[in-house]
Amino acid sequence: MKAKNEVGIKGYAGYVPRYRITPEEIGDVWGKDGETMGKGLRVQSKSVPSPDEDVVTISTQAAKWAMKRAGIEGEDLEAIYVGSESHPYAVKPTATIVAASLAASPHMTAADYEFACKAGTAAFQTCMGLISSGMIENGMAIGADTSQGAPGDALEYTAAAGGAAYVMGSKNLLAEIEETVSYTTDTPDFWRREGEKYPQHGGRFTGKPAYFRHITNCTEKMLESTGNRPEDYDYAVFHQPNGKFPVKAAKKLGFSKEQLDPGLLVTNIGNTYSGAVPLGLAATLDQAEPGDNILVTSYGSGAGSDSFDITVTENIERVKESNVPTVEEVISNEEFISYSVYAKFREKIEGGR
Amino acid sequence: MRDVVIIGIGETEFGELWDKSLREIGIEAGLKALQDGGVRGEEVDRMYIGNMSAGKLIDQEHVAPLIADYAGLSHIPSTRVESGGASGGMALSEAYKTVASGMDDIVVVGGAEKMTDVGEEEAKKILSSTADQEWEIVFGATFDSLYAMMARYHMDEYGTTREQLAEVAVKNHSNASKNPMAQFPRETNKDFVMGAPMVSEPLGMFDCAPLSDGGAALVLCPAERADEFEGQPVEIVSMGEGGDTIAVHEREDIGTLKATKRAAKKAYERADITAEDIDFAEVHDNFTITEIMAIEDLGFFDKGEGGPATEEGRTRLNSEISINTSGGLKAKGRPVGAVGISQAVEAVEQLREDAGDRQVEDPEYGLTHNMGGTGASAVVHIFRRWS
Repeated sequence: MKAKNEVGIKGYAGYVPRYRITPEEIGDVWGKDGETMGKGLRVQSKSVPSPDEDVVTISTQAAKWAMKRAGIEGEDLEAIYVGSESHPYAVKPTATIVAASLAASPHMTAADYEFACKAGTAAFQTCMGLISSGMIENGMAIGADTSQGAPGDALEYTAAAGGAAYVMGSKNLLAEIEETVSYTTDTPDFWRREGEKYPQHGGRFTGKPAYFRHITNCTEKMLESTGNRPEDYDYAVFHQPNGKFPVKAAKKLGFSKEQLDPGLLVTNIGNTYSGAVPLGLAATLDQAEPGDNILVTSYGSGAGSDSFDITVTENIERVKESNVPTVEEVISNEEFISYSVYAKFREKIEGGR
Repeated sequence: MRDVVIIGIGETEFGELWDKSLREIGIEAGLKALQDGGVRGEEVDRMYIGNMSAGKLIDQEHVAPLIADYAGLSHIPSTRVESGGASGGMALSEAYKTVASGMDDIVVVGGAEKMTDVGEEEAKKILSSTADQEWEIVFGATFDSLYAMMARYHMDEYGTTREQLAEVAVKNHSNASKNPMAQFPRETNKDFVMGAPMVSEPLGMFDCAPLSDGGAALVLCPAERADEFEGQPVEIVSMGEGGDTIAVHEREDIGTLKATKRAAKKAYERADITAEDIDFAEVHDNFTITEIMAIEDLGFFDKGEGGPATEEGRTRLNSEISINTSGGLKAKGRPVGAVGISQAVEAVEQLREDAGDRQVEDPEYGLTHNMGGTGASAVVHIFRRWS
């Protein structure tokens, strides 16, 4: 899907809660060897939201910073889409609360997205369509999650919180998005039914037939469509449910560890679900130079992948003057907590206040 | 009783076959076996299928006619044989008896299991259902923990060590690395095996066979008709079956696989040979401890010597006796109902001298040992090179 007219990123920023928990700490509680578990998943710690943080607060903080970088006000936004699988309400949009917080209401459109871990990039695509068709001038696409892992489940070692926001537009772009490609199938690898607190997953089925199949097919389609080779990109960002999968997928596709490194945040913050690819791209843009090419492929269970072909413009220099913290700066603010504090924060203690 | 030969063999790759259903797995193995034997579908008189738990694993019972139908053989009689982990081996013994008795001439016997359509926890529960649900599992025992108890007893009684258990996995992985159909065709080492996460003390993850999808099939015919077909025949010399208590706690000696001993005794007697005549054997290594007990109870080594013999390399490929040249359940894989048939496929390949890098030198006799549950059923087949 090629953009009809110029479209891209005007401003972006990421936010990750400062609390961290280690696999060792989680493993201790469940009688598991957390260290080995962490090594296998290549995750040293994961982020934990404090009790007053949720997808609304994460989205709002990231969005405010993104707007600062874009140099726009709330009233300039004509659309806000928030992608998440942990919207605070089952019915009532996150996007309206975020819009109100950004002073973007009421003359605008807003909606929530859910597509497991790729709801954020679904929001990217909607904004691209509205902007490149000329329907709107500025839109906001957000991917954020405070993801859930059942106590003792394998997911608990990685399910983390964080998000990133993107102001998209057609002028003054920091980076142009030339094209997007999707690969979508009905694949039941991971799901959470209405009313259930924690998701279920198909164990090893989440690997080859799910993550790898979609990421590789989608990325290959993008390479075919653009005529690019992996080495034509300066950076690549793949969805990162753990530290192992994106590295393995990259290797298979012909990308190097160096192309991946700036956007590979999972080792320190865990899997931020809908926030993972938007955050990885934000961290990559923090380091990018004018003219750099970036390939991005998200993955959402259920299942689908979205690829984006991005070229950084000279306006990227603006980012350095914006006085907005880089993703690396945000992530470096960390405080480690015990499982008991984690259990309280994540409301796993019944009757706790 | 007529002499019986295997004239065709076929199998699927073992592993996580996400894109293949049980019927596809069964058909693939069966058609390969017919093709290998040069046998046409209309020549087949009957079919048996070894399958442990399609009802629980894929919600499908009556799988033998299902597979026969999709293979274009809906007109022939077909029956599923179930005996837990020994389902495949028991299906083979039924097929053998059918041909030996003169009841039918051309019999296809397959084994297939599709285990990855349910989650790992569910699959483990289903595997445990081959033990005594009412007197073992309900009280919290799992399949793994029952074998762990046998391992502890064996260690206590005979001085078997954790290192010796690990050597079983190392050897079988090494053999699997030479088998293109194996789920884990990779070498491993003792440190890695011993460092793997604990499942049930003293059995770690690398002491346990995996969950697998896969199928295998054979075509049997009377020896007198072997020349009519293209496939290079291998003789089934004899078969022996044995039984033991379903629950481990009912056994006087949990370090001995009595059903296996009984089955082996009958098979040796019927073949008029002894354990010493066997050049290679595929034994039921669902856990590393099982292989150690099996090589003792099949008579290859004295009781208590299975561990040291393994550690000394006496069971490696082309040593004293080559054990689990295919990689075994441990490394070739464990699609439960297919195991007994897949063992026979390996025996045929070895006796045809078609086993490539894992070929046993100049083999005369091969043995397969297939076991159900914690050892309540066992079946042994002895094969001989055709001359």
